[in-house]
Amino acid sequence: MLFLSALNPKRLLQALIVLVIALIVGAGLFTTPANADSVGDINGPGVSGNVRVDGEPVAGVRMIVEGGGYSAETVTDANGQWFIGVPSKDPTYNVTIDESTLPEGVVVLEGEPTQQVTLDRGDRVVKNFFIGEGVRNVVSFGDQLIARLVYGLNFGLMLGLAAVGLSLVFGTTGLSNFAHSEMVTFGAVAALILGSTLQLPMWVAIPAAVLLSGGFGWALDAGLWKPLRKRGLALVQLMIVSIGLSLAVRYIFQYFIGGGTEQLPGFDAPKIPLFGSVALSVTDLVSMALSLIVIGAFAWWLMRTKTGKATRAISDNPDLAAASGIDVDKVIRVVWIVSAAMAGLAGVLWAYFRPGIKWDMGAQILLLIFAAVTLGGLGTAFGALAGAIVVGVLVETSSLFIPADLKYVGALVVLILVLLFRPQGLLGRKQRIG
Amino acid sequence: MSSNQTPEKATGLHIGTPAPGCKKTNPMLVIDHVKKSFGGLTAVDVEHLEIPTGAITALIGPNGAGKTTLFNLLTGFDSPDTGTWSFQGTSLSGVPSFKVAQMGQVRTFQLTKALSLLTVLENMKLGAKNQAGEGLLKSLIPSIWRKQDQEIEVKAMELLKRFKLDTKKDDFAASLSGGQRKLLEMARALMTDPVLVMLDEPMAGVNPALTQSLLDHVLDLKNQGMTVLFVEHDMHMVRHIADWVVVMAEGKVVAEGPPSTVMKEQAVIDAYLGAHQDTDLGVVTGRITIVDEGDK
Amino acid sequence: MNWGQIFSNTLESLLTPTTLAYALAALGLAMHFGFAGLLNFGIAGFMAVGAYGYAISVLTFGLPWWAGMLMGVAASIVFSLIMGIPTLRLRGDYLAIVTIAAAEILRLLFLTTAFEPVTGSADGLFGYNNAGGFNAANPFPPGSYGFGPWTYNAEKLWVVTFGLIILALCVFLLWSLMRSPWGRVIKGIREDEDAVRALGKNVFAYKMQALIIGGVFGALGGIVYAAFANVSPGVYVTSLTFFVWTALLLGGAATIFGPVVGSIIFWVLQAFLTNVLPELAVNGILPISGTQAATIKYILIGAGLMLLVIYRPQGIFGNKKELTFVK
Ligand SMILES: Nc1ncnc2c1ncn2[C@@H]1O[C@H](COP(=O)(O)OP(=O)(O)OP(=O)(O)O)[C@@H](O)[C@H]1O
Ligand SMILES: [Mg+2]
Repeated sequence: MLFLSALNPKRLLQALIVLVIALIVGAGLFTTPANADSVGDINGPGVSGNVRVDGEPVAGVRMIVEGGGYSAETVTDANGQWFIGVPSKDPTYNVTIDESTLPEGVVVLEGEPTQQVTLDRGDRVVKNFFIGEGVRNVVSFGDQLIARLVYGLNFGLMLGLAAVGLSLVFGTTGLSNFAHSEMVTFGAVAALILGSTLQLPMWVAIPAAVLLSGGFGWALDAGLWKPLRKRGLALVQLMIVSIGLSLAVRYIFQYFIGGGTEQLPGFDAPKIPLFGSVALSVTDLVSMALSLIVIGAFAWWLMRTKTGKATRAISDNPDLAAASGIDVDKVIRVVWIVSAAMAGLAGVLWAYFRPGIKWDMGAQILLLIFAAVTLGGLGTAFGALAGAIVVGVLVETSSLFIPADLKYVGALVVLILVLLFRPQGLLGRKQRIG
Repeated sequence: MSSNQTPEKATGLHIGTPAPGCKKTNPMLVIDHVKKSFGGLTAVDVEHLEIPTGAITALIGPNGAGKTTLFNLLTGFDSPDTGTWSFQGTSLSGVPSFKVAQMGQVRTFQLTKALSLLTVLENMKLGAKNQAGEGLLKSLIPSIWRKQDQEIEVKAMELLKRFKLDTKKDDFAASLSGGQRKLLEMARALMTDPVLVMLDEPMAGVNPALTQSLLDHVLDLKNQGMTVLFVEHDMHMVRHIADWVVVMAEGKVVAEGPPSTVMKEQAVIDAYLGAHQDTDLGVVTGRITIVDEGDK
Repeated sequence: MNWGQIFSNTLESLLTPTTLAYALAALGLAMHFGFAGLLNFGIAGFMAVGAYGYAISVLTFGLPWWAGMLMGVAASIVFSLIMGIPTLRLRGDYLAIVTIAAAEILRLLFLTTAFEPVTGSADGLFGYNNAGGFNAANPFPPGSYGFGPWTYNAEKLWVVTFGLIILALCVFLLWSLMRSPWGRVIKGIREDEDAVRALGKNVFAYKMQALIIGGVFGALGGIVYAAFANVSPGVYVTSLTFFVWTALLLGGAATIFGPVVGSIIFWVLQAFLTNVLPELAVNGILPISGTQAATIKYILIGAGLMLLVIYRPQGIFGNKKELTFVK
C-alpha cells in the first residue's frame, strides 16, 4: 500500500482537524431541515404540539425534549405541528421551545420557554406554549453560558466521584474496569429499593445505599478480582472479563427493576432562581455540596492517611511497594471498596440529575467517565477529577453551540483530540522504553 | 577465535589526547549538545561525543547514568529536548526509529524483547530487510516472495547455528531461557545486516559459559566490519573486548579513552565508587547479576 | 413445550444473514486483535459505517447497489484513517477507549435529528435494497428453496448467497495475508511493537493497514446485515461490539476459522435461549415472567463471556500457545 508508506502524519492531522470542524459546522447547517416534523418512534410514546400565533401556524420552530438521559429535537412543519417520540413514558420530560426560532417580536407569554410534561396518563401528551407578541425575555448568551457552567460543574463533580474511583482501580491493578458503570447503577438501584420500596427516609436511604455499594465493591474484589489476579490473568483478559461482568450485572438489574425508569423521592424538587438565569433545586445544591465534601474527604484520605499513601505508592510502582512491606492485596481491597462506594454515590446523584433510575443508566455515562479518566491521564486520581470537570462543563456548554442530542459527542471528540496532542493525558506521565 | 587470549585491539581511533568529547579519526556517530530531562531530572546531557567506526566501544557508568536513555535518543525511540546527532554524516534528528534501523543502526534492549508467540525461526526471519512479501499487495502472491523467503531462512539458520539456537528453531520464543532470549535478540538484530550494532547490556542474565561465546560473537562482529557500541557493567568484559570506553555519570560523559587507561582515571573512579577511592575498578564492580526480567 | 419448533428455530440460525454479518465482523476483529493486537472496541462503528455508507449512497446520491456497497467500504477506510492516526501511537488501553468512543460518536451522529434528511435519525433507513437494485439483481427466481429449518425464499437465499461469497473471499484474504511475511510482521507487532520497530519496520503503517483491512471486514459485515434488514441506529450500540467480541473469543481470536465458527455457535446458542427460555417461563417450569426470560439470555451471555475469557482464553478451537494474552 503505497499511499500508506507515504503518509505524512502532520498532513493527516491537519486534514483530521479540518474534518472535525467540518462535521461541527455541518451539524450547524443541517439543524433546520425543511420539513422534518417528527422524530423518534412515531408509534411509541411521545410529546407533540402545535405552534400558532394568532391562529396562524408557524413553521420552522425548534422544539427540544429532554429527560431521563434522552434528548431529541425537531422543528415544526408547515402546519406548525411537531412530534417527538420518547423512549419510555416514565420520566418527566422538559420541553423547550427555542424562542430565537420564533418570528420577530413573538415570545412565550405564559411561563418559561422550558416546561415539564409527564406521560403518566397515556402514551401521548400534547404540550402547547402560549405565545404571542411581546417583549422577549432574552437570556443573554453570557447568562446562558454561566447557567450552563454551573450545571456543568454539578455534572462534572458527579462524574468526578465515579472517575476518581475508576482511576484508582486502574492505577493500583491496571484494570480498565468496564463494569464501573454497573457500580454506578448499583448505588441508584440500592437507593431506589431502600427509599421507594422500603420507604426509608432519603437521609437514611442514601448513606445506606453508599454503604451497600462499598459492600458490593468488597464482594467483587473478594469473589472475582482477587482470585483472578492470583490466577495471573493478563490485563486484556481482565478487561474483557469486566465487559462480561458489566453485561451480566446490567441485565440482572433489568431482571429485577424492569426496563422502565423509576424515580427517587424528591426528584421533582422545584428550581430556585439563584442569580442570572441560574436556577437550581435543593437536590442540585445538596448534590454539589455532597460531591465537594466527599471529594475533599477522598483527597485527604489519599494524601494523608497510611492507606491512601500506600495506594499512591502502589500506583507508582507495585513491585517496589510490595517489597517495602505494603500489603498490596489489602490496599487493593480498600481501593475497591472506596471506589465502589463513590461510584454508588455518583449513581444516586446521577439518578437525580437525569432524573430517573434505569437499568443501563450507568452505561450511559460510562464513556464520559472513561473520557474523564483518560483526559486526566490514566491512573492519576486528581487528573481524573480535573478531567471529569472538563467533561461535565463541556457536555453542558456544548449544547449552546451544537444540537442537544449531540452534547456527548463534543466531549468524546475533545477526548480524541487531546490524545492527539498529549497522549499521556493532561496530567499523566510518559512511559519508559527499553 | 579463542577467547582466552586477549583479542587484538583497534588503535589510532582518536585525535589528540583522549578526553571527554575528543575527536575521532573516523567517527560513525557524532553527537552534539544532546539533552534530555524527565521532569526535574536531567537524564542525558552530552556536549560532544564521537563513536569510532570499525571498533568496539563500551558505554559504561553507574545505574541511572543515562546510558539506556542515550540509546533511546540515538535510535529515535525517544526525542531529546535539544541537540543534534548524525550517523555516517547523515543527521538523525527527528528521524523515526524504524528509519534509523533501516539505515543500518540497529539496537537491542536492556529488557529483552523476544516476540514470545512467534517461533525462533520466525523471530529471525522478521529481522531481514527489504522483504518483498512484507508489502501488503505483494504478500498476496506467494510466487513473488517465496524464493526470497527461502534465502532468508538459510541465512537465519546459519546465524542460529552460530548462536547455538538452531535446535530450537521451531519453538516459541516464549519457551527460551532468559539468556537464550538475549542471544536470539542479538541474532535477530544481525539479520538486518547492520552497520552499527548497539547492544544494551547484552551479557546481563547470561550464564558465564554463554558469556564467553557471546563475547566471541561481539568480537566477530568487529571482524566482519561492523561497529559495535555496547553498554555493560562487567568491567572485566569491557577490558577484554572494548577498543574504546566512554564513561557516563549523571547524564554527562565524564571520561573516555582506551580501556587500559580510562578505568584508572580519577573521574571514573569517583563516578563509580563515591567514597571508596584507590581501588581497582574491575575488582569492585565485577559481575553484576541481574534478575532475569525476561519472562514476565 | 414445542421442542420441534425450538430446535428448528435454533438450527435456522446456523446460516442467516445475521450470522454471516457477525462472522465478517468477528473476522475483522481477528485481524485487529487476534493478529495485530489492536484492542478495537468500536467494531459496531465499522459495521455502522458500512451499512450507512451503502444505504446513504443509494438513497441520497442515487448510486446503484454495488457502487453503494463500495462506498460503504470506502467510508470504513476513511473511518480507519481518522481513528488510526490519533490512536495507533498510543498504548493499547487508550486505543480501546478511543475506538469505543469513536463508535459511539458515529452512532450519535447517525441518531441526531440534525442530519435526519440523510440518516433518517431514530427511524433509520430502508428501501435502499430496492432503490439501488440489489433485490433486482437477485439471480434466483421466486420460490422456496432449501429444506427443514433452512428453507429460504428467493430474497433471503440471495442475501445468504451474497454474504457467503463475501465471507469466503474475506476468509481467503485473511489466510493469504497471515501466512505471508506481511503476516509475520503483524504478529510481531502484536508481541512487541518496539522490537519490530527496532528491526526497521514502519510499525505505524502496518498497524494502519491492519486496522483498515479489519475495518473493511467489519464494514462488509454491516453491509451484509443491511442487505437483509433495515439500517437502524439502535443496532450499532456498544453491546453489539461486545457480542461480536464474545463470538470472536468463542472461536479463538488468533485463528482464521475461529471467528466464523464462533459466530455460528454464538447465534445458535442465542437462538436456542431466545426460544427455550420464554417457553420454560410460559409453561411454569421457570418461576419467571416472559420479559424476565428474555433478560436472562443476556445475563447468560455476559457470564459466558467471563467464563470463556477466564478458563479458555484461546477459544474453543484456538491453540493454547497461539494466543495467551501475553500483555
Ligand atoms: N521515561 C522515563 N521517565 C522518567 N524518568 C526516566 C525515564 N527514563 C529514564 N528515566 C530516568 O533517567 C535516568 C537515567 O536512566 P537510564 O535508564 O538511562 O539509566 P542507565 O544508565 O541505563 O542505568 P542502568 O545501568 O541501571 O540500566 C534514571 O534516573 C531514570 O530513572
Ligand atoms: Mg540501562
